[in-house]
Amino acid sequence: MSDKENAAARRLRFEIFRFNPEDPNSEPHIDVFEIDERPYMTLYMALNEIRETLDSGLQFDFACRSAICGSCGMMVNGRPSLGCRTLTADLPETIRLHPLPAFKLIGDLSVDTGTWFREMAERTEAWIHEQQPFNKDATEERMSDDIAQAIYEGDRCIECGCCVASCGVANVNPDFLAAAGLNRVSRFMMDPRDKRDDADWFEVVAGQQGVFGCVGLMACADVCPKELPLLEVYAYLRRRILGSKFLSDRSDPPPDINT
Amino acid sequence: MTPQLITTDVLVIGGGLAGERCAIEAAAAGQEAMILSLVPPRRSHSCAAQGGMQAALGNCVKAEGDSPQVHFQDTVRGSDWGADQEVARIFAEEAPVAVRELAHYGVPWTRVRGGKNKYFIKGESVEIEELLENDGLITHRDFGGTAKWRACYAAAGTGHAALYAVDSQVVRLGITVRDRVEAIALIHDGSRCFGVVARCLRTGKQFCVLAKATVIATGGYGRIYGRYTTNATINYGTGAAIALDTGVVPLGNMEAVQFHPTALSPSGILITEGCRGDGGYLLDKNLHRFMVDAEPEKQELASRDVVSRHMMQCILDGNGVDSPNGRHLWLDIRHLGEKHLTTKLLEVFDICRDFAGINPANDMIPVRPTQHYSMGGVRVNKDGEAYGMAGLYAVGEAACWDMHGFNRLGGNSLAETLVAGRVVGARVAEYASGTTLQADTELAFAALAAAEKRAQNLLAREGNGRSVYEIRDALGEIMITKVGIFRTGDDLKSAVDEIKALIEECSHAVLRHKGPGANPELAFALRFPGMLRLALTVAMGALARAESRGAHFRSDFPLRNDREWLNRTLARWKPDASAPTLSYEPVGLIDLAPGHRGYGSDERIEMNKTVSQYNESVADLQAREGRLASVEAIGSRLQQTQGVAR
Repeated sequence: MSDKENAAARRLRFEIFRFNPEDPNSEPHIDVFEIDERPYMTLYMALNEIRETLDSGLQFDFACRSAICGSCGMMVNGRPSLGCRTLTADLPETIRLHPLPAFKLIGDLSVDTGTWFREMAERTEAWIHEQQPFNKDATEERMSDDIAQAIYEGDRCIECGCCVASCGVANVNPDFLAAAGLNRVSRFMMDPRDKRDDADWFEVVAGQQGVFGCVGLMACADVCPKELPLLEVYAYLRRRILGSKFLSDRSDPPPDINT
Repeated sequence: MTPQLITTDVLVIGGGLAGERCAIEAAAAGQEAMILSLVPPRRSHSCAAQGGMQAALGNCVKAEGDSPQVHFQDTVRGSDWGADQEVARIFAEEAPVAVRELAHYGVPWTRVRGGKNKYFIKGESVEIEELLENDGLITHRDFGGTAKWRACYAAAGTGHAALYAVDSQVVRLGITVRDRVEAIALIHDGSRCFGVVARCLRTGKQFCVLAKATVIATGGYGRIYGRYTTNATINYGTGAAIALDTGVVPLGNMEAVQFHPTALSPSGILITEGCRGDGGYLLDKNLHRFMVDAEPEKQELASRDVVSRHMMQCILDGNGVDSPNGRHLWLDIRHLGEKHLTTKLLEVFDICRDFAGINPANDMIPVRPTQHYSMGGVRVNKDGEAYGMAGLYAVGEAACWDMHGFNRLGGNSLAETLVAGRVVGARVAEYASGTTLQADTELAFAALAAAEKRAQNLLAREGNGRSVYEIRDALGEIMITKVGIFRTGDDLKSAVDEIKALIEECSHAVLRHKGPGANPELAFALRFPGMLRLALTVAMGALARAESRGAHFRSDFPLRNDREWLNRTLARWKPDASAPTLSYEPVGLIDLAPGHRGYGSDERIEMNKTVSQYNESVADLQAREGRLASVEAIGSRLQQTQGVAR
């Protein structure tokens, strides 16, 4: 704690990627800004200070500034991170900021994650495929609290796009669902309210765009700001998809054993 | 490439829970719905709601005996009788349906675990045997100002889970969402709304959207308090501002501004009331639980306005904890244990780690009351239709519907977004199906030309002076120091003068960046004058209201005054006026007669008429203020319109 409070003496050098696609005179380049570090300074504070005092054209995205909304994914010294919760005290004096790759650039550090995630949700039909229409007069269906907690764990993804940006496959194959997409699928797969069966899920995640497109680098698991258990998610999906064809046949008792 | 003019049936401004739920209702009824949102909808501020959503399901032992009637009473008491009681009644009755609908949409509500459960209640660790027959039903946690445990929750990420579930239905229904688009003016003829002029925040281009019905769902105006707010950076209150700009539509109770007791100091990030609901304590610098002395019955779980005042008083009395960033108090949840903190309060655990560098299982959390919620907003009737403007609706925090009156109970805002989204959405769909699109392109292009001229004028200004950002910071300082938790006539007078001076200064402010495209400084300069106008309506409403009610506390008028002020402030900004005009209407039909809230002060100035006498004139006086006729007559949902005091 005291390190961060005493960190105020440093002069920070920001090297920030700049490009405004709306400006015909704009070319991609790096701009350098220097500001004084303050105690507990986050990149949210630093970037706002730069925009408000040094270059008011600088584009970036923040909304909740509390690591909940997922707006502020950016490359911080080459690593996908949430700007709002990145403390400058944890970084060297020179801080290089780039927009997340794999998403369409809007300008400077701002990228279009919204379109990517909407398309992913449409492709994977990321909503509950319910058994029955909603009956407003009925008591809620029961669910064990353990299952609710497990679903919640998968539901915690904030769609910041850090995993997509870090993914070796997603960066060369725009159709790859990446960890955020596959985590979303597994969240619905484990939800007893969703009636889709193994054959339905096979269509969604079995191909190269799905879990078998992963080459196993698992950078996603390293960079996820919510620390979602993505290794387990991928293993769960592989087993569910393959298991639906092979594994479950082996684990089930032979059909004629007691007849 | 966006054309200059697009059309839809139902246009919703704002992609948070209220707006999306409203759009779903319209789309399900066969109307074409379009949502404009500053950000991708899942990044809306609804996602930051943490601790819970109130609905009287009564599923756990401490919720036994709960009912919509009890929820209604808690809500009215919480509002300090400022609420429209018919709306509070509709709300309390529909909230259980809204929670169950969210379960249907996929929200992983925390469930009852039948058998022994350990809870912390009023400083004691207690073991309670939950009924096995209730195992698997949606459970509840305690929150402030409620007679029963009623808040349904998903860890401390309830808003996130709800928003993702509701947005999944928006995707499923194929509702068009245009994200990074800001509505900057309403297109209207003085009595009917036809749509909006919008600005694309990717390209800077402006365009018109014409619709049969337009719904404002832009959330609160917390950012008029600068950095002294828990709100997201995008909570500018633009919907309320463009409604005010019509000169016709009034904003209701803008001075009713909620301060949340436990924002992390100094960043202002919200720490949920669920911490205290689950048994957390507030401690002063001597580690004394001052709330037990102040409110022996409810302790830390009195309503937010009451707890925030006690906290500020504690700090003013010299019992705050000194820090380089000002004085704060402690929130202590260490005794709940790491397992509880990393499951049921996981998001709090993460926020403490990421933004304060502490582990709340070992360390106390520095907290301070901070602006949190806007009870005021676009004044609407019980169908959500704006006063004086057919075809314009408002829903959620942006609206003054008005179930919260002068203080909202924790967990009632999430519930309001879904209930109001359903109720108002159905009315919007009915309205839209009974009317045709009036594509008055002349009116639309005139509004577009005016908006473009405004932007060009801003870019053309030259000179020096403070930037719009510096003026924004100055506004925040005025609002927190003079229009905060404790207010006085002198402070408010000087706030009004200073805000007027800022409005003047802002009208000459010069932009530093004039480049093409989105231009974030231009975007802010276009919306900031609206924020200044909202701030002035807050300060003037607070100055005029010579009483204390809910979150509006006047040190020079410390009593609630039901004789003179059992009413709602309405603020209109006439064209070319330099300040809003205030008027007043009755709060609505009274069912639960004014009395003691059960916490806070029991002193007040009583009404000098009967409830029946009060109720007699409500419909007429509200109609005179522009309330449009609702589909069902006023009072149709109240059990007792004759107002027999209970």
